[in-house]
Amino acid sequence: MSHSVELDGIGMRFGRTQAVSGVSFTVQPGEFFSILGPSGCGKTTILRMIAGFIQPTEGRVLIGDRDMAGLGPNQRPTAMIFQSLALFPLMPVWENIAFGLEARGMGRAERRKRADDLLHLIALEGYGDRMPGELSGGQRQRVAIARALAVEPGVLLLDEPLSALDLKLRQHMRAELRSLQKRTGVTFIYITHDQSEALAMSDRVAVMSAGVLQQTATPRQLYDNPATPFVARFVGETNAIAGRVSAVGDGMARVDTALGPLHGRAQGAVAIGQAATLYVRPEALMPGVGANTLRARVGRMDFEGAFALIHGQFADGAALTAAVPSTRLADAPAPGTDASFSFAPEHAVVLADA
Amino acid sequence: MRDLYARFGGGLATIFLSLVLVWLAAMVLAPNLMMIDYALRPNLPPAQIGGPQDLWSADNFLYLANEGVHRAIFFKTVWASALVAAVTLVVCYPIAFWMAQRATPGQLSIALMLVIIPFFINEVLRTLAWFILLAYRGPLNAVLQGIGLIDAPIRWQGDGGVLAGMVYAYILFMLLPIYNAIESLDKSQIEAARDLGSPTWRTHWRIVIPHAKAGIATGCVFTFMLAAGSYVAPALLGSPGSRWFTEIIYNWFFEGGDWNRGAAYALTLLVLCLAVVLVTLRVFRVNLTDVAK
Repeated sequence: MSHSVELDGIGMRFGRTQAVSGVSFTVQPGEFFSILGPSGCGKTTILRMIAGFIQPTEGRVLIGDRDMAGLGPNQRPTAMIFQSLALFPLMPVWENIAFGLEARGMGRAERRKRADDLLHLIALEGYGDRMPGELSGGQRQRVAIARALAVEPGVLLLDEPLSALDLKLRQHMRAELRSLQKRTGVTFIYITHDQSEALAMSDRVAVMSAGVLQQTATPRQLYDNPATPFVARFVGETNAIAGRVSAVGDGMARVDTALGPLHGRAQGAVAIGQAATLYVRPEALMPGVGANTLRARVGRMDFEGAFALIHGQFADGAALTAAVPSTRLADAPAPGTDASFSFAPEHAVVLADA
Repeated sequence: MRDLYARFGGGLATIFLSLVLVWLAAMVLAPNLMMIDYALRPNLPPAQIGGPQDLWSADNFLYLANEGVHRAIFFKTVWASALVAAVTLVVCYPIAFWMAQRATPGQLSIALMLVIIPFFINEVLRTLAWFILLAYRGPLNAVLQGIGLIDAPIRWQGDGGVLAGMVYAYILFMLLPIYNAIESLDKSQIEAARDLGSPTWRTHWRIVIPHAKAGIATGCVFTFMLAAGSYVAPALLGSPGSRWFTEIIYNWFFEGGDWNRGAAYALTLLVLCLAVVLVTLRVFRVNLTDVAK
């Protein structure tokens, strides 16, 4: 029922612009896979190539091990959920949901029955005869999902479908999408520019930047072991401290920075003498002195409930962000003072500058 | 109304309103009332107008009802106008769809120019161009004979010529409303239908046409009215066998010298056209206000 999706070195050129180049990854059947990147990074182009709206200018798309070259969107086992949802406003909800079945020549009574089953699945029983315009944003969202699931696709493609919803509803829909995916077992490919969305929902995430694939990994790996400086900065908050590598060994590296020598895990190829940056997450920076100690001037403190974010400036002028758990706020330095922060070497990553 | 007063103040708004009212009364209401009056009165020598014989009656309408040839031409004009509207729709819909959804901005401006520029020229001259094209020894017959498609020239003038001339003359009135309607359709709706496995014809039938319904109805109403009231195309491109009802009205006025009977004929055409339009709008479930937009 659910299909794998394999991209084999696909590229897309629009006139003189190379929107996507040399992207390869394989999505396993039944996986919740996200493509994450800032707007204009080529993620929507990739989705449209998988759906068949555009044909890649290089490389191949394989769905369920079948080459999709030359097949249009109506010939592929995919269904897409559009950013605008694209519900048909002049048809009642049930006809919207059953539209794909209508196109497959299914009889009216059976279509209605299938639509009602799907309305049950998305917890909207009795809404079949309403018009899409009479539904709330979250309900329309669910109708769009039901309409896509009605054709029993092997792969569901989602193009930032939650971006129009408010925060509370978005968080609710995240959980709902996730559980729907587990129940149906359909392969989901989800496009988003919101990294917390990608981390929270996905089995694996592909990070894109400027048409190039940066890294494909589980959310945990992306966060802990970013493969490129772009991923380190784009996924989650981070403190970046630039310097030069002075020692490498045992998977660790020493970087000489303007704030003194600092130690972290070496990620990828890191050689002595190379320009490199050490990345450390705000929650890894603790007030006090330790193995790697940094001096910084504390600017302001934003209390966020579970933790407080301390914003400040290192001696070399770079920005500092540290997250202190609320339970340890007593240790936090006061705004306007100079303070020491430290982090464990295994919580920092050293990446060669690109 | 309140907006008008709020925007322009009492004096100016009152002037605007009275100008509109005067216009409606003098240019729309009065001529039509006069036409009704004419239609109901007999055609009398000037000396007897206002005399004892000048009484209202339905005689002029009964004359049309009993005159077989005129009656036939009347009904033919109505259905032939409907045919003109239908053919214009078939010609315009694909062009409008392409312009609204597929064309690049550059292609769109060229296409718009191509359809609008001919309308810079007067309708009579445009029809005259067709008269020349379709002439017995004209370019169309010459080309068809040249490529060996026909052995002898064809007499195009008649029903076919009138149809071609009218479709051409009214293309813009059909194209622009449909273009406007389709242009407002979100592209992703078409993509969604396609993605759900819908073949092209079904996407049009279920998504594009329902969305463009008001525009299609508007275009059909315009074209039908213009065709039914057309004089130039049938006069230039027609033959004795393809007379249009407007030509008969013209004859009563300017050749028969019977304005009263002409007015009765014109009124009948007007009422029937209105009926056809209102029924069409009803069938398509479109409001007059949608058309006005």
